[in-house]
Amino acid sequence: MSNQYQERSAVVRIIFLAVGIIFIVRLAFMQVLDGEYRRQADRQALRHITQYPARGLIYDRNGELLVYNEAVYDLMVIPKMVKNLDTNLFCRVVGISRDEFLSRMRKASKYSTYSASIFMKQISKNEYGAWQNHLYKFHGFYVQQRTLRVYDKPIAAHVLGYVGEVDDGEIKEDSYYKQGDYIGKSGLEKSYESVLRGIKGDRIMHVDVHNREIGPYMNGANDTMAVEGGNLYTTLDATLQEYAEGLMANKRGCIVAIEPSTGEVLALVSAPCYDPNLLVGRVRGENYLKLLNDISKPLFNRALQAQYPPGSIFKVAQAMTALNLGVIGPGQGFPCDKSLVGCHNHPSARSVQEAIKMSCNPYFYYTYRRIIQQGKYKSIYKDSPYGLTVWNDYMHRFGFGQRLEIDLPNVRQGRIPDTSFYNKRYGEGRWAFSTIYSNSIGQGEVEVVPIQMANLACIVANRGYYITPHLVRYYGPDSTRNDEFYTRHETGINPAWFEIAANGMYDVVHGAGGTAHRANIPDIDVCGKTGTAQNIGDDHSVFISFAPKNNPKIAVAVYVENARGGGGYWAAPIASLVIEKYIRGEVNRKDVERMYREAAPCQKLPLPKTIKKKKK
Amino acid sequence: MENKIDWVTVLLYAAILIFGWFNIYAACFDEAHTAILDLKTMHGKQLMWIGVSVIIALIITHIDPRIFSSMAYLIYLVIIALLVITFFVGKVTKGGLSWIDFGFFKFQPAEFAKFATALALAKYMSSLDLDYRQLRTKLTAWAFILIPAAIIIVLQHDTGSALVFASFLLPFYREGMSAKILVMGLLAAVLFVLALLVNKYILIGILAAIALFYLFVWLNKRTRKQYVWVTALFLGCTLFTLSVDFAFEKVLQPHQRDRIYVLLGKTDDNSNTGYNVNQSKIAIGSGGFWGKGFLNGTITKADFVPEQETDFIFCTVGEEWGFVGSSLLILAYIGLLFRLIRLAERQYSKFSRFYGYSVASILFFHILINIGMVLGLLPVIGIPLPFFSYGGSSLMAFTILLFIFLRQDQERTKPI
Repeated sequence: MSNQYQERSAVVRIIFLAVGIIFIVRLAFMQVLDGEYRRQADRQALRHITQYPARGLIYDRNGELLVYNEAVYDLMVIPKMVKNLDTNLFCRVVGISRDEFLSRMRKASKYSTYSASIFMKQISKNEYGAWQNHLYKFHGFYVQQRTLRVYDKPIAAHVLGYVGEVDDGEIKEDSYYKQGDYIGKSGLEKSYESVLRGIKGDRIMHVDVHNREIGPYMNGANDTMAVEGGNLYTTLDATLQEYAEGLMANKRGCIVAIEPSTGEVLALVSAPCYDPNLLVGRVRGENYLKLLNDISKPLFNRALQAQYPPGSIFKVAQAMTALNLGVIGPGQGFPCDKSLVGCHNHPSARSVQEAIKMSCNPYFYYTYRRIIQQGKYKSIYKDSPYGLTVWNDYMHRFGFGQRLEIDLPNVRQGRIPDTSFYNKRYGEGRWAFSTIYSNSIGQGEVEVVPIQMANLACIVANRGYYITPHLVRYYGPDSTRNDEFYTRHETGINPAWFEIAANGMYDVVHGAGGTAHRANIPDIDVCGKTGTAQNIGDDHSVFISFAPKNNPKIAVAVYVENARGGGGYWAAPIASLVIEKYIRGEVNRKDVERMYREAAPCQKLPLPKTIKKKKK
Repeated sequence: MENKIDWVTVLLYAAILIFGWFNIYAACFDEAHTAILDLKTMHGKQLMWIGVSVIIALIITHIDPRIFSSMAYLIYLVIIALLVITFFVGKVTKGGLSWIDFGFFKFQPAEFAKFATALALAKYMSSLDLDYRQLRTKLTAWAFILIPAAIIIVLQHDTGSALVFASFLLPFYREGMSAKILVMGLLAAVLFVLALLVNKYILIGILAAIALFYLFVWLNKRTRKQYVWVTALFLGCTLFTLSVDFAFEKVLQPHQRDRIYVLLGKTDDNSNTGYNVNQSKIAIGSGGFWGKGFLNGTITKADFVPEQETDFIFCTVGEEWGFVGSSLLILAYIGLLFRLIRLAERQYSKFSRFYGYSVASILFFHILINIGMVLGLLPVIGIPLPFFSYGGSSLMAFTILLFIFLRQDQERTKPI
């Protein structure tokens, strides 16, 4: 027996062992250290079927349903899984051309070949029913149920907002969203997105290489159920909203109606209005562009985003400030000296109440001068900045020059100029009262947002405080409330002064020489203040009001753009109709109603480029 | 006297066999056919083949082992004849004629050619008056290997099965073949891969640099013989490198070229040529440390991996049993191989020792190629994982291969 070379058995063993070690190391790398294989396996063998929750419903203050949902279907495609497709049949069934098919497939493949993307959006229930029977022939295609918003009444588009597909920026910001998801883009849909959207559910199906479903992955152990979106219970009065929108037909401008004691917005109209159903579903893109390109800017929510010169309604705030500062007394009289600032013909005001009734411009010139030049410094260039700072603080107490944190997105803050504003414009020490007196009558550098005007009416109605205007009382299954909407913001001004304002505003509508007799409603004590705001083009017609005088139920601001005739002519009667409708539930003045509903007083767009120089 | 059969080997064999069957059951699992012994299913058939194999093993362990050596040449000739006959009566599967269809059973002679060749070679190598140094001896030995290999390649286009015959290099080495041949083989493989990846002239430059470094820096004293050797080796390598392209383009078939390119990462084609390996890696890699659990493989249960009951059965292990299960299987195989080497070394006869080494080497080669393939370390070469892959022919052939050796080991003390 020869047993030469026995030592070579060790070499053979080493070879065997080396291979075993290489394999085990390789396995360790693949299975333990590298997670990519697992991810890829899940990508190709598991299909995540998102369970889209129904979006929350939106109700008005009386429980009327404003917004609900309707089921539609998205046709989804996983390009990699499309095999042996009878393209002709497919195109015929789905109802698209071959070119359309190819371009949609290209788009889907560009997004991802392995994961699903939407091939065709928002197929109606009927359409889906018609080709449901063919679906099984189309490997790689499946259908996902979605919901669309439905509005029975075509109202409150600016308040409700609209829902649209998420864009890349929104996906980047919040990982909750995936391509093709819907998100509130504006209005309540946006500000209450996290309430309304609910929580998506995820059903995981195990699919085989042919994309056939084998069954629920892990018997559904990792599945999550969709949680329905929470409902919004809004402060809107659908009837009033619809009525107010009707009044603003053929006009540009806005109406804001608020319940003063609670800050609850009863109606919020921006004209021109549009039917919210236009921005739903497959017609959305086309309609959106149309609205976007409309010269009258229907998508622009004037009530929250327009910054207008307030005009004479601003005088109410000036009178309250001056009284509270003690720079004038309630019985203060000033001559109507038209050489200082233009005015209409009326006797000189002998008290604050009369000044408000007659809206005397020189009176408020004097008043504002006393606020700005209080005589704390000898130099008017030092005195005026001091006075302006005091005034600026008062204006902020009225909610001007700051964002009123209403529960709608993109509200503007308007502008109440401060010393640094004028220092920048004219240079420090180079401006004084004479430079800025236009502010006294709501012109000049002052800009106000309509919601702030309505808020001013609320402050007078409440005799000195306001609650941040808001649109949602409570929301969700737990009836969640926002504490901010139950907090009183005090102006710190003596309520007695506001009584004077209320009396003045009552006289505006009822007194001899008042500027808004058109706002008079039999049996209802309407208080109001007109404004006629100069601007590029014809004057804006402005009116703020509340009623009844005692225990006011409603405060209304109306702004009609470029409507010749002044605040008393257009805005005041429109406001009175809103008040009558709300308080009485019925408008008795049918002729007035018809007249203002049909009128189209606004100057045609585009406005002429020349700026009119005219001071009242 | 008669020794006991080596129970360590038998137990390892049984463990691998049973684990394999469970994985076949998982790989072809179908809710509709869960019965274990359903002959319409693959796992049912495999269970039957396991039964047949056990019977074969029992028969082998009860016959006179001398019959293997005396009948070696005859068995070899019969198998060669069967290989040729297959060409005429065989069934075409996947471009090759490798099966004889008996209706209930598809017989694959190439699987049986391995043990037959091992027996014949063992007999030849243990001839009493054999002088290994004679060229005639060497040529005859190589002829034993190359004849079946050539038939399998030329007539059956089954490169994988033919390559297995290279495993006889290890028993040859054990019996005294120069280690240089093993080293050269390794060197050739490395050069082949490098030549495909790196610019050939740069590669030759590097080889020249290594040769010069060895001669003039490494060695203190240089003999003429060393000059000649190094120069010859360098020229050989250069020639080999230059001929790689030719061999690659002209000798290999297009699909083999593709498979090598995929392995080297030169083409990234996961939907066609690279699909199998890519899916196999996904299945194994996704198993994680503990695996997804028996019957819970998402990839292997969903038919993503083609051939997953046969050549790609390891994917199921990787996916469902994870790193733990895969490593244990590999350790079981390595343990079996070590045991076989140990048994081979305790043989008294050169015949048994050579045969034992052949068994270990053939098994090793299958394991290397098969697992190397599914792990993406080697190109796709379709050969089964011993005792594990689905298939009656391979299971019976491997059982015969192994138990002939165990029978010899049992009677190692008896003279042949």
